[in-house]
Amino acid sequence: MATKPLSKDPYNIVITGVGGQGNVMASRVLANILVRNGYYVTIGETFGASQRGGSVMSHIRVSRQCAWSPQIPRGRADIAVSLEPIEAIRVLKKYGNPKINALSNTRPIYPVGVIAGQLTYPSLQEIKESVKELCLSSWFIDATDEAMKLGNPILGNIIMIGALSRIGELPMGRNDFKEVISKSMQEDKLDINLEAFDIGTSIVGQ
Amino acid sequence: MTNLANIHEDAESLLMGNEAIARGALEAGVNVATSYPGTPASEIIENLAHVARERNLYVEWSANEKVALEVAAAASFSQLRSLCAMKQVGVNVAADFLLHLGLSGTRGGMVLVTCDDPGALSSSNEGPSRHFARMFEIPLLEPGDFQEAKDITKWAFELSEEIKTVVMVRSVTRVSHASGNVRLGKLPEDERHAEFKYDGLGLNADEGPAESVPVGEKHRLQQDKLILATKLFEESPFNTYQGPEKPELLIITASAGNLYTREAISVLRVEDRVGLLKLGTTWPLPPLLLKRYLSTTDKIMFVEEVLPFLEENVKILAAENAREIGVKTFYGKNERTMPKTGELNPDIVISALCKILKTDYIAMDPEYEKKFQMPFSAEVPDRARTFCPGCPHRASFWSIHNALQMDNRKGFVCGDIGCYSMGRFSSGFNTTKTLHAMGSGAGLASGFGKLAQFGMDQPVLAVCGDSTFFHAVMPALVNAVHHKSNITLVVLDNSGTAMTGFQPHPGLSVNAMGDEVPEVDISKVCDAIGAKVEIRDPFDLGETQKTLNRMLEDKQGVKVLILQQACALSPEKKHTKKYEMSVDEELCIGEDCGCNRLCTRIFQCPGLVWDNDKKKARIDEALCVGCGVCSLICPAGAIKRKEVA
Repeated sequence: MATKPLSKDPYNIVITGVGGQGNVMASRVLANILVRNGYYVTIGETFGASQRGGSVMSHIRVSRQCAWSPQIPRGRADIAVSLEPIEAIRVLKKYGNPKINALSNTRPIYPVGVIAGQLTYPSLQEIKESVKELCLSSWFIDATDEAMKLGNPILGNIIMIGALSRIGELPMGRNDFKEVISKSMQEDKLDINLEAFDIGTSIVGQ
Repeated sequence: MTNLANIHEDAESLLMGNEAIARGALEAGVNVATSYPGTPASEIIENLAHVARERNLYVEWSANEKVALEVAAAASFSQLRSLCAMKQVGVNVAADFLLHLGLSGTRGGMVLVTCDDPGALSSSNEGPSRHFARMFEIPLLEPGDFQEAKDITKWAFELSEEIKTVVMVRSVTRVSHASGNVRLGKLPEDERHAEFKYDGLGLNADEGPAESVPVGEKHRLQQDKLILATKLFEESPFNTYQGPEKPELLIITASAGNLYTREAISVLRVEDRVGLLKLGTTWPLPPLLLKRYLSTTDKIMFVEEVLPFLEENVKILAAENAREIGVKTFYGKNERTMPKTGELNPDIVISALCKILKTDYIAMDPEYEKKFQMPFSAEVPDRARTFCPGCPHRASFWSIHNALQMDNRKGFVCGDIGCYSMGRFSSGFNTTKTLHAMGSGAGLASGFGKLAQFGMDQPVLAVCGDSTFFHAVMPALVNAVHHKSNITLVVLDNSGTAMTGFQPHPGLSVNAMGDEVPEVDISKVCDAIGAKVEIRDPFDLGETQKTLNRMLEDKQGVKVLILQQACALSPEKKHTKKYEMSVDEELCIGEDCGCNRLCTRIFQCPGLVWDNDKKKARIDEALCVGCGVCSLICPAGAIKRKEVA
């Protein structure tokens, strides 16, 4: 199959967030778009106990050559997509490098240790500055806030996928997204998800 | 959920390992599929249940893994093809029957899929299941990628039917829960007729009675089957080699180890120095194939997770053939090149390879790594696991904890397996003090409750979920009642097998395929066994705690408190809100309140946070599901709940 060359092969994506944010769904939608466009894709993720309020991470490996391991080697991610701001730094610590890009939601979900007053959650400004320092380029978008305007905070994951499509590192467009969700979602949910995707693209497009 | 019967032949699909296993079973024409839910195995049966009607399958979530294996074996004895799936610990539960099944043999192709969890990502152990294959003398296959997850499962049915024994297919979390491209095969059209033939002679494998006896003859027959399997394994396409003819180092691997090793070789660019022998047939090992590859070099490394299974078995072969293949240097777990605990990843394989090949590799530039230290980067707070917002378990443990505090005799709770295993964390107020296997909470409590004659006067509680109750708690409860053990069992009934994704269990009126079925009433069962039973709503904190305190005072026999409230993520509750919650900032007196931030410091619901600017509690609108419980714990009455119309 004639597929477009990637800026790096394998191209490694980490989608991270907190259990319950729709991390698994976002990674599946993205991976299905890429398989549809002719790539080998491996998603590595865990769910079950690790999902309950903990950090969750999906590793997505995209390649024209072959299937890669479900875990990205240390320091080798190409983009970190973070549904929760502090999780972006957690990912960079393990998989970052000076050439990595980051796309992050701005809405914090406080760890219980922070809620209990035992730990400190840095300010959004501090997080933004750190991420900027650790990445080649970084984008912060108010995905959850925009999703709540649509009536459901979970749509933040699709807003992030829309934003990712606009960053331009991956061959994925609105039509691909539409095709993929029309196969996996109930019909009455398609419009709202398309709307969420469009919000994502327009925020980054500005 | 993708409909696995609807994807056409030759299509390339993105499938999760468990979906690939389910599709492999469909391509093999599976008729009956059974399981007890357990991460990382649950999706296999979920996907088969989803297409049960259109493919004419019988699919069930059985009461436990032993029953699941027996139900699947009955189908095989009746000439149907059957699959039984379970997580690693399920094999322990099913082991007694599995030993006997190995002796009796099978008829229609029968496959046991076990999904191990190296690193215990979703388990209370990282126990291995592969050793059962060797111990019980049955063939073992291990897929090394997603395509093989499908293809090996399909072939396992054919192998089972050919040699008439159950075949074990072992996956791991990183294969079962990872996804990749899979090219699909054809779905068969033929229908099988079920008949259990038993009129033949005792040793007639197809028409005699299905029995493990006479043991002498059956055991010899079983071992002959393994000899047949070995011959087939010598030629199997699932054993592959990649690398130079005479490698400096030969790596022998299987399962997810294959993917990590391929990555490590590629990252280090040592393709011309290292050979990779990936085995798909891992018990019994094919000796001729191994001898051939062991002869190519004198350095051998093993990449496999947790205990050294391949390593030990290959070493036996190497010792037996030492005169022919020469003396080898082995790198594996026994001389600590590789870890004996936890899951692997490419980095672990890379660093082991660097040591053996004397190469250097820097994963992260030290200059870049420095940037993560303060003051260059913000510090990242740990994210401990916790109960979801609106989880009934938080309310239940709040009451249990308070009842025990009030009782003040150093009472404790024996924990069990489910989301409520987190009762041992601060989110469960550190309430549970033991944690072992399914049903062990009640069993241990039954024992603790008999220690009064040795001076123990601590109240003993056990918790279990509704699904766990049917799986393994019932025998422990019978034991406790019969032996007059003084305990309180709290059944945390959240209307489903919540942790693994709401699979039905015998207490519900629906089965895996969506049919209406009679529900087995937990309170009636407990009552019939002879326990004193009460039912409460855990969201009614006052009543629950009062009942618990009364039960702790009652020193006669077994008390059961059933706390009924559906899981906050359950399909019937998700996206519904009973209450609109708010904090009255006039009433919340923040740090000045004598409660010392009870609402956030102790209760720790992710939906109720502390506003550092205002120094008051605040509802997180994106997370709160409106269960209303926090309004009951605020001593100032500042957390308000308003019923949603």
